[in-house]
Amino acid sequence: MSIRIDRNLCVGCGACVEACPGNLIKRDYKGKAVLKRPEECWGCASCLKECRFKAVSYFLGADIGGQGALMQFERDGDVSHWLVSIAGREPIDIAVDRHCANKY
Amino acid sequence: MRNDGLKLEKIHADMLVIGGGAAGCYAAITAARLNPNLRILVLEKANVRRSGCLAAGVNAINAYIVDNHTEKEYLEYVRWDAEKIIRDDLVLSMAKRFNSVARNLEKMGLVFLKDENGNYVSRGKRNVKINGENIKPILTAELLRYENISVINHVNVTDLLLGERGVCGAVGFAVNYEAAFVVTARATLVATGGAAGMYRPNNPGFSRHKMWYPPFNTGAGYAMGARVGAEMTSFEMRFVAQRCKDTIAPTGTIALGVGAKEVNAKGETYASRYGLSTSGRAQGATTEALEGRGPCYLQTVGISSEQEDDLCRAYLNMAPAQTLKWLESGKSPSHFNVEIEGTEPYIVGGHTGSGYWVDTSRRTTIPGLYAAGDVVGGAPKKFVTGSMAEGEIAAEAILGDLPALPEVDNEILTSLSQDKIAEYSRRMTDGESLYDVFELEEAMQKNMDNYAGGISAKYRYNEKQLTIAQERIAQLTKMASSLTARDMDEMLHIYELIDRLTVCETLIPHLKARHETRWPGFGVNADYPERNDECEYFVNSRRRNGVVEIVKRPLTVGKERYEHTN
Ligand SMILES: Cc1cc2nc3c(=O)[nH]c(=O)nc-3n(C[C@H](O)[C@H](O)[C@H](O)COP(=O)(O)OP(=O)(O)OC[C@H]3O[C@@H](n4cnc5c(N)ncnc54)[C@H](O)[C@@H]3O)c2cc1C
Ligand code: SF4
Ligand code: SF4
Repeated sequence: MSIRIDRNLCVGCGACVEACPGNLIKRDYKGKAVLKRPEECWGCASCLKECRFKAVSYFLGADIGGQGALMQFERDGDVSHWLVSIAGREPIDIAVDRHCANKY
Repeated sequence: MRNDGLKLEKIHADMLVIGGGAAGCYAAITAARLNPNLRILVLEKANVRRSGCLAAGVNAINAYIVDNHTEKEYLEYVRWDAEKIIRDDLVLSMAKRFNSVARNLEKMGLVFLKDENGNYVSRGKRNVKINGENIKPILTAELLRYENISVINHVNVTDLLLGERGVCGAVGFAVNYEAAFVVTARATLVATGGAAGMYRPNNPGFSRHKMWYPPFNTGAGYAMGARVGAEMTSFEMRFVAQRCKDTIAPTGTIALGVGAKEVNAKGETYASRYGLSTSGRAQGATTEALEGRGPCYLQTVGISSEQEDDLCRAYLNMAPAQTLKWLESGKSPSHFNVEIEGTEPYIVGGHTGSGYWVDTSRRTTIPGLYAAGDVVGGAPKKFVTGSMAEGEIAAEAILGDLPALPEVDNEILTSLSQDKIAEYSRRMTDGESLYDVFELEEAMQKNMDNYAGGISAKYRYNEKQLTIAQERIAQLTKMASSLTARDMDEMLHIYELIDRLTVCETLIPHLKARHETRWPGFGVNADYPERNDECEYFVNSRRRNGVVEIVKRPLTVGKERYEHTN
């Protein structure tokens, strides 16, 4: 389970560094976010949700069935967009409204 | 810096809360509301905003008294599910508060599903439906509203300070810079959650932290309590959960949400053979696989595409890996059943019964020390509302007890904390150790897996194996004492390992002491594979001079109050 941080998109705001429940994300010499040990990641997606610059993507490790798909997150007011890109397929956008309770 | 040790921060508070999760935050909020003059300090290992079990969000309010049902029914449900080993006073006292806690969460901004009359919509007899994705930011926004609450994030607490008259604070270190913290307080609440990572996990390689319980809840609270001699209960009632294969995501959403039944590889429903309790469900999946009828699934084939979309959204709100898995694999739940498996054993008082032995007011057996949430034993099925209710109960007890609690003697404390701070500093000055912390962690997990009833041992253990496990844990504990750290991040990993080893040191004697198999899904004592009605008691333990002593205590059926006696 893990996440990948795109150094080109990261502005070094530190939001993900603050939020990670395992203190796993640190800053490099340029102030940008780095996940020191990807295998320590719980997959809680907190960093994904905190980053306002879409610099974090989320993926499944190969050992749990990952095939290279990436998931990103974007917030538009109260609506969360979970954006999934899978090679060879149209991107998927699942919108979840914070004001709607789970049906299940 | 290396040679002059750590910078020292000394702080005094009236009430110290260790761990800002569901229980700790709600305890602080309760105390601050009831007494605006009280100085409350929360020390949190990560950042309260997204720390602990609630980080990814929760699926539902799992503990609620739905209309036309009663707290007594909840008590009887817990008694049945935990095979009698529960404290009536603890379960009833939290159950009485489930609904008021839920209402307070709604006031803070949590979204509840409501019917046309404005009543919460329930899922089964005990659950209500919510959007729980942002439950933690909501709870912490409330926490930070109070001026008399200070929160220090990114401080890992390792030990309690034990003076002559009880606990009077705690010590820890900053995880991002070289500083040690000594906090003195008249009352200390431990709310660090349960423990994961003692056993080799379901996914031992790259995704080794893709587990159900947070891998960052390392049992620190159990460990620090055990070290000061606090009594613990029911560690042998480990929690093995039935979860989705690979992602280890909860299954209740599918089972309760779309009514999916468990089926084995032959398509047979098997649950009734093992019983419908939490232990029974875990036992079902394991045994079916063991007898060659695995893998097991939740039968979702045939659900509508609308149901499937709602499931995908519900998982994004708490376990996004599962939704990604469905999309990426192309095996959507309407067309493919969802494979399930049993997890590695966790120690977690919010689901099963392991943790501090407390009185009805959540006082531990050590004066000045209180406990709430997953760290407390004897009250399974507390979930998020029960953990918060316990925080509230403990906060009320602290406010009542404070006038009688002694002022802290700073001199004694300084000398008590000095040893610990010297230990932290020593780790940063000494040369490199032969083994690193991750190698020792792997050794611990392998040992527990093989000899103390982990996944590869099919959750079975016997006296002889447990003795081997115990010897190895003792060796590893000794080896961990000489681990050195290049930076504070390594320091954190070292103390996380030490927490887990200390949990193992308590757990193994508990497993040895129960001469029966009461919860076959959570573990089978192969020397005593049957349930024995003569074992209807609590197995408790206390550490004296480094040795874990077992105490057996009677059940408390029908008692609504419990006070510590000896
Ligand atoms: C994945 C998952 C899903 C769940 N889903 C639901 C659900 O849908 N509905 C429901 O009702 N319940 C659910 N639960 C149960 C519920 O979340 C827990 O019972 C509850 O959060 C426990 O509260 P707690 O305060 O004891 O622990 P936590 O909320 O985990 O808080 C413990 C806190 O202590 C901190 N800490 C740990 N060690 C230290 C240390 N050494 N120093 C300082 N701080 C420390 C942690 O970082 C954390 O913030 C779920 C649990 C999990 C793990
Ligand atoms: S939140 Fe995003 S932009 Fe900010 S530091 Fe993290 S990755 Fe970089
Ligand atoms: S997914 Fe969670 S555990 Fe993993 S790096 Fe992000 S915040 Fe940390």
